[in-house]
Amino acid sequence: MSVNTFKEDEILRESFDLKIIIRLLSYLKDYKLQVLKTLGLMPIVISVTLLNPYFMKLGIDKYIADNDINGLFTLGIIALVINVFGMMAYKVTVVTMATVSSKILLKIRQELFTHIQRLTLSFFDSRPVGKVLARIIGDVNSLNQLFTDSVTVLIPDAITLVTIAIIMLIINYRLALMALIMLPALIIVMFFIQISCRKRWQQYRKKSSNLNAYIHEDYSGIRVVQSFTQENRRSSSFSELSNSLTDAFLKAVKMADGFWPVVELSWGVGSAVVFWYGVRLLQVEGITIGVLVAFIGYIGLFWRPIMKLSNYYNILLTNMAGAERIFEIMDIEPGIVDEEGAIDIPPIRGSVVFKDVTFSYDNGDTVLKNVSFEIKEGETIALVGETGAGKTTIVNLISRFYETDIGSILIDGYDVRKITSESLRSQMAVMMQDSFLFSGSIKDNIRYGRLDATDDEIIEAAKAVQAHDFILQLEKGYDTGVNERGTRLSAGQRQLIALARAVLAKPKLLILDEATSSIDTETEVLVQKAINQLLAGRTSFVIAHRLSTIRNADRIMVVDEGTIKEIGSHQQLLDKKGMYYELYMAQYRFLSE
Amino acid sequence: MKRILKYAAKYKVLFLIPTMAMMVFVVLDLLNPIISRRIIDDVILKGEYHILAKLLLLLVAITIGKAVAGYIREFMFDYAGSKAVKDIRKDLFDHIQSMPFEFFDKTNTGEIMSRTTEDVNNIWQVIGFTFGFFMEQILFFVVGIIMMFITEWRLALACLALIPFIGYYAINLEKKIGEAYDKISDQNAVLNTTAQENIAGVRLVKAFGREKYEISKFFKENEKNYALNIGRAKIVGDYYPKIEFLTNIVMLVVICIGGYMVIRGYMTIGDLFAFNWYVTMIVWPMRLMGFMTNNFAQCSASAKKIFAIMDIEPAIKSPESPAKPRRSVGELSFQKVSLKYEKNHVLKDINFHVKPGETLAIMGATGSGKSSISNLIGRFYDVSEGGIILDGVDIRRMDLKDLRRSISVVMQDTFLFSDTIEENIKFGAVDATREQIVAAAKAACIHDFVEGLELGYRTVIGERGVGLSGGQKQRIAIARALLKNSRLLVLDDATSALDMETEYQLQRALKSIKGLTKIIIAHRISAVKEANEILLLDKGVVVERGTHQSLLWKKGRYYEIYRQQYKDIDAVEEEVI
Repeated sequence: MSVNTFKEDEILRESFDLKIIIRLLSYLKDYKLQVLKTLGLMPIVISVTLLNPYFMKLGIDKYIADNDINGLFTLGIIALVINVFGMMAYKVTVVTMATVSSKILLKIRQELFTHIQRLTLSFFDSRPVGKVLARIIGDVNSLNQLFTDSVTVLIPDAITLVTIAIIMLIINYRLALMALIMLPALIIVMFFIQISCRKRWQQYRKKSSNLNAYIHEDYSGIRVVQSFTQENRRSSSFSELSNSLTDAFLKAVKMADGFWPVVELSWGVGSAVVFWYGVRLLQVEGITIGVLVAFIGYIGLFWRPIMKLSNYYNILLTNMAGAERIFEIMDIEPGIVDEEGAIDIPPIRGSVVFKDVTFSYDNGDTVLKNVSFEIKEGETIALVGETGAGKTTIVNLISRFYETDIGSILIDGYDVRKITSESLRSQMAVMMQDSFLFSGSIKDNIRYGRLDATDDEIIEAAKAVQAHDFILQLEKGYDTGVNERGTRLSAGQRQLIALARAVLAKPKLLILDEATSSIDTETEVLVQKAINQLLAGRTSFVIAHRLSTIRNADRIMVVDEGTIKEIGSHQQLLDKKGMYYELYMAQYRFLSE
Repeated sequence: MKRILKYAAKYKVLFLIPTMAMMVFVVLDLLNPIISRRIIDDVILKGEYHILAKLLLLLVAITIGKAVAGYIREFMFDYAGSKAVKDIRKDLFDHIQSMPFEFFDKTNTGEIMSRTTEDVNNIWQVIGFTFGFFMEQILFFVVGIIMMFITEWRLALACLALIPFIGYYAINLEKKIGEAYDKISDQNAVLNTTAQENIAGVRLVKAFGREKYEISKFFKENEKNYALNIGRAKIVGDYYPKIEFLTNIVMLVVICIGGYMVIRGYMTIGDLFAFNWYVTMIVWPMRLMGFMTNNFAQCSASAKKIFAIMDIEPAIKSPESPAKPRRSVGELSFQKVSLKYEKNHVLKDINFHVKPGETLAIMGATGSGKSSISNLIGRFYDVSEGGIILDGVDIRRMDLKDLRRSISVVMQDTFLFSDTIEENIKFGAVDATREQIVAAAKAACIHDFVEGLELGYRTVIGERGVGLSGGQKQRIAIARALLKNSRLLVLDDATSALDMETEYQLQRALKSIKGLTKIIIAHRISAVKEANEILLLDKGVVVERGTHQSLLWKKGRYYEIYRQQYKDIDAVEEEVI
């Protein structure tokens, strides 16, 4: 069962977790050289920023006061040269850090994706597609700023801040102290704002995620919405979600928008204090006018890194949520991993043995109880039973999509846990109830069964499953584009394409899970023949409800409430007059009523 | 852009407040250097210390005023912007909801998703922030330049000489980065789709052991994404330092030339100081130009995409003055109905008449047009020729919602919402009582299963009913349709995943509902046998029709299907009975 609906907010940890930051920053380790290069160039970039007001001071104090035009222009040329260097250094740092952070994102995203590929189906069962997707795309993207800013904002701005403070203290420590008088109060107010903002922004993100989930579902289920004429109700639920998103946003900005005015205020008051005190010093100690002007300039420079730093802090907090979500998934142990020393299974001959298999899904209900059976090489087995009896579970266990709780499954005598999943699955083909197509051409969708198949082999497979004719009728034939839900193809046609894919794979072991439920009987008969020919001598499991499909099997397994009630050939089971007989006669009874 | 403004115009007053606050802010900001200049010139240089306190108080007062105006400006722009964007978002959502199936056939869910979320957010960013910010910067720029000229026009000219260069780089930057963003957003969509399909199709991936292939597919797209991002970073790395450099040079010009002029006595130090302040005022807008134009470009691209969707007139609409059937009894007839899709005939000359309470069954090969018939009844597509008459009225003359309310369709692809089972069943009948829900569930043979769940009807199921078997999903969908309690029920291959026993029970339950007209599309003889008429379709044409018995006698294709499905019934009969 699903864990989350659009109505529920996702649970996010509230604490500021240092471990996550350290883990994130540890990605920078591989780029020591680049980081060092950037840090090495940083002083140049910073000093240019810092020197410019100093030049102003120098210009006013020394040259303008002394009427030294030559000196003034020399100063100008020096400043120009330094600015050129600054520009070059700036360029290198921007490009270097952007490259490093793009590389890290590339790496995180690939690690995450690779990791997700290793997770079991139980993981995918419990999470909506949209929420997993959001992590691979959105959450990783959100980290972009973090790495760049850590090096290009955090470090240089901290340095700038300290340097300015030192310069001011050296020039005139008393004036400097006065200039900094507003700082402690400002820092306290700022952090107070940021902390409460963070909670509000988190709330906003949750609401945004809810709205996205809702939109996604509405668009995916639009056919149901329209045929039940629920547009108005859906629209008003949408408005509610949209409203709560806006409200959460406004609640956040109500606080966040106060941030700049507070800085503005401190800045203004700070300047006034400097003027006031500066003028007093001017009278008493005769500090130069240039000092005072430079001071005003430094104060301006002082606030910018403070704002940037607190902004950085904000980004850090925002990104933490993303990082948390990413690491949460990365830390999920794949439930099914190849054991150490797992071997590739040699070409499968096709015997399948279940030994006392008991299995339950994550939610705890036992789905299979003590299931034991032996299938010989080349047999076709039909599984019958009520929906939810455990048929699909049995075939899922053969492909090792899930792990048994108790008991073992042997294929050709190999325990499935002792062989690599890839070697097993690459020799099997499973066709499921939902025939999933990738967006792309029909040809590529069929080719998914065997990546190196030639076009001729693809056409051959399509012909075998009776899909060739209808494919040719499409505007671009095999090159016709389809999408996830198979635009304009009927459910039956999609099943035929999926069948062609399975046939092309030439599997040693074939599992058809209601794979022909949407195909009409006439086509099915032809398809069945083709499959039988192609898979002669190969073991297959078939789950179906249609008698004609079931009857052709070598043996039939009747599954009921997680156990195997009967197993035997059609005739044997009819003679037995047990459950299968009952099921079979139901059809008959209905026919004669 | 114009149309966005139209949305904003609705909140004129709300936008007016922050605009005024903004002007106040700019004016106050201008007073700052004037006071600073007076402090330097009059207080410091001329020693008029007695006015210092007054000037400083003024400075503090201005600062407070700026803070207040600044806050009002920020918050009110956010407020008004959110309101306007909410309208856009809702209009877009409602519009998309009103589109016919054909639109959804052609458009990926991911695409319209990103229109309703990301693209709307891009607009939000602009009308909630960038637009006001932009106006403010322009104001600053213009005022700054005017003030520069007033203070010292010769120095102003010297500074202005550099501005075209900055503008040149900023515009180039915008153009290049705009292109880069375009590509990045497209590549992001590709990456998104690749990952989304991988996750949605994870069973298939695992079934074929294609993890490595999927990983390399994803890596390839991810690397393209990386390359584009590096490209963008290089553009930024190319232009930002140049713009930064030029703005620094403007400052240097002020010191050198300004200083020269002070020495020569053309201006005072205080003038120079104030001038420097005004230069900062015009430098920032220049620096931010890249950022702003970038934002605008992104916004107008998004707006274009959004309004392109909004401009699509739903091809299927309610008529101006809809006709209403006198009574709703579920009487349906198809009269010479044809349906074409891109030149190909999907259906050709279909005729039938179903009387109230009767059952029509449709069989046919895969892709023969069965589902198209079911889609035509609810006017999810329109017929190309002919007409469909429900309760005596052509459905094109009926109100679309009335029409859809009077029929219940269970579609081939079962879609359930991620919500409780109860909410799913009562989707079409919001006011249904628990008894009614249970009754519908019982009729759909799903009640016992639901009761067996720990949380019963309150169990939450996932999108596409993850966690339920195909048969369970189908039965919930049937219960949902039954609860709607209309006179016409269309089952489009809706029992294919049910086992024989369950299907049999379901058939009986449906039969017991009095006066319910049924259109059943199915493959199993057992599902169609009871129908008053059975149509056999092939390539969009009716090839055989009649009752079960008459079709058996005919020994045609229906008979062949029957024989296939019941090959050995006769044998069983001999053996068992």
